[in-house]
Amino acid sequence: MILVEGLRKSFGATHAVDGVSFSARDGQITALLGANGAGKTTTLRMLYTLMRPDAGRILVDGIDAQQDALAVRRLLGVLPDARGLYRRLTARENIEYYAALQGLSGERARTRTDELLQTLSMQDIAERRTEGFSQGERLKTALARTLIHDPRNVLLDEPTNGLDVMSTRSLREFLRRLRDDGRCVLFSTHIMQEVSALCDHVVIIARGRVVAQGTPDALREQAGEASLEEAFMKLIGVAALGELS
Amino acid sequence: MSRAAAWVVFLKECRESLRDRRVLINALLIGPLLGPLLFVIVLRLTVARQIEQAARPLPVAVAGAEQAPNLIAALEQQGLQLLPAPADLAGAVRSQQLDLALRIPAGYADAWRAGRPAQVELFYDSSRQGVLAEVQRLEAMLQGYSQRNAALRLMARGLSPTLSAPIVVAARDQATPQGRGALMFAMLPYFLVFTAIIGGMWLAIDSTAGERERGSLEPLLINPVPRDRILLGKVLATALFGLASLALGLLAFMVAGWFLPGDQLGLSFNLGPHVVAATLPVMLPLVLLIAVTEILVTAFAKSAREAQAHLALVQILPAITSVVLSFAPIKSALWMYVVPLLGQQLIILRLLRGEPIAPAAAILATVFTLVAALLVFWAARRSYQTERLAISS
Repeated sequence: MILVEGLRKSFGATHAVDGVSFSARDGQITALLGANGAGKTTTLRMLYTLMRPDAGRILVDGIDAQQDALAVRRLLGVLPDARGLYRRLTARENIEYYAALQGLSGERARTRTDELLQTLSMQDIAERRTEGFSQGERLKTALARTLIHDPRNVLLDEPTNGLDVMSTRSLREFLRRLRDDGRCVLFSTHIMQEVSALCDHVVIIARGRVVAQGTPDALREQAGEASLEEAFMKLIGVAALGELS
Repeated sequence: MSRAAAWVVFLKECRESLRDRRVLINALLIGPLLGPLLFVIVLRLTVARQIEQAARPLPVAVAGAEQAPNLIAALEQQGLQLLPAPADLAGAVRSQQLDLALRIPAGYADAWRAGRPAQVELFYDSSRQGVLAEVQRLEAMLQGYSQRNAALRLMARGLSPTLSAPIVVAARDQATPQGRGALMFAMLPYFLVFTAIIGGMWLAIDSTAGERERGSLEPLLINPVPRDRILLGKVLATALFGLASLALGLLAFMVAGWFLPGDQLGLSFNLGPHVVAATLPVMLPLVLLIAVTEILVTAFAKSAREAQAHLALVQILPAITSVVLSFAPIKSALWMYVVPLLGQQLIILRLLRGEPIAPAAAILATVFTLVAALLVFWAARRSYQTERLAISS
């Protein structure tokens, strides 16, 4: 469960995030939908405590991210936009490194790694060095290390970036399984199909602000449009007009 | 858990680096071997030049040689090479056609026979480099000839030759053979520092700028580990590679010592196993300081290439104190041991000279270098807390 209230962050004169509030519930997939540069990544970076907000509050399972960043990081599994692997380590070693950093015992690290290798069906590449991995293999490895500590909350920044159709489909399937486990899944995207195919809850962000939120159906209804894309255009357009008047 | 995190990072950086050919070549091959190799080459060239100079014939243009055949024959025995003299000796020296010239005036033979002081004229330009050594050599030859003949003349009159030498100067050079050797070795501490820098360099670059460049730094920092633990792990791994490189470098120097023509120069130097063993603990605090500096300097480089450029400065800086020490050998005072780098260099020079190390000096050098390492670590820690650090793009 993630709760965000009045989040703000400026870089110089640029208000990258300008009063964002929303919540992402357990057992749901929540999308942060917005164009490039709308403030999605900055919002997520504040959520996973890489950046400090100028104002506002973040609660993850009731813990304040600014007061106890380390505790919040333990509750989160994060797949950031940058998801580089150590190319001279094998996939398994990459995953076990994160297990050790999460403080898992040696035995638990091994069993968790084996579980994830199986779940993500990547046993065949586990002992290979990640140098020369395909995008899909890289993503699987990065996902496995993200989830090594079995986090209740999973944050993903544009997770399907650079993936082919097959990998995108299996990733969606995987996210649904995370939700069905009762986890809180929050991801950012600018792709409509992803939102309509996956999400229980959508938060639309434009120019650092939340312009609308709700289920995909509710958003279509609110905009009076049949397709989500039209609804999205109308909703951020309305916001822009609102700013002008 | 978080205390162990530094260990986890340390192990991972070591494991990854052991699989990196570039790190290995630098830490275990180039770093340890480059210094000794350069060193042997430079020393061999210096030695060769000195030996060559001593045995080299001394070409001198002599005007009026026919006036003093005995003198010329005696000089030629000692290496003088007779050159034909131009008409204007002084002019030829001034226009740098000749290094030095000797004129035997017309009255020489008469004066010699009459037992009066016979004059010879020496032409040279003392403002020219390297000429003075040749002038001294020729003067010494002339003096030797003059003294031998003075003795002969006294004996011919039934007097003791010692009459003409009321004072005898006996030179007692206090430079020990090791001392002279150590002067040649003044650059050795720099080579050791250089070796430690090269040894940790690629690991430092790869684990900071490299991580950012490959996009693995941001996910790493999202782990529930305080950033200074991650920093500490990286510093220790860098230090270990620097230390390994240094140890191998010392062994290489020890082996290189066997190939130096020490006896030809009348030098002996002390680079045996016990000096090597004593040098390592002396250098250890400095290795830590170097490692943490390397990590700090590379922390904000956008790419490995940029980090490499920054590190070039770190490589040059220690050369300055070494050059100063070898060209202007200053008297060592206790305060100098407080200065990191300078202190270790002085101690290593004393070790090489076979001189005892004052415990106070060793303690000062170690403590203040460790304090400097802690200060740099504190600066690196501060820079690791900034938001900018983690952001890849």
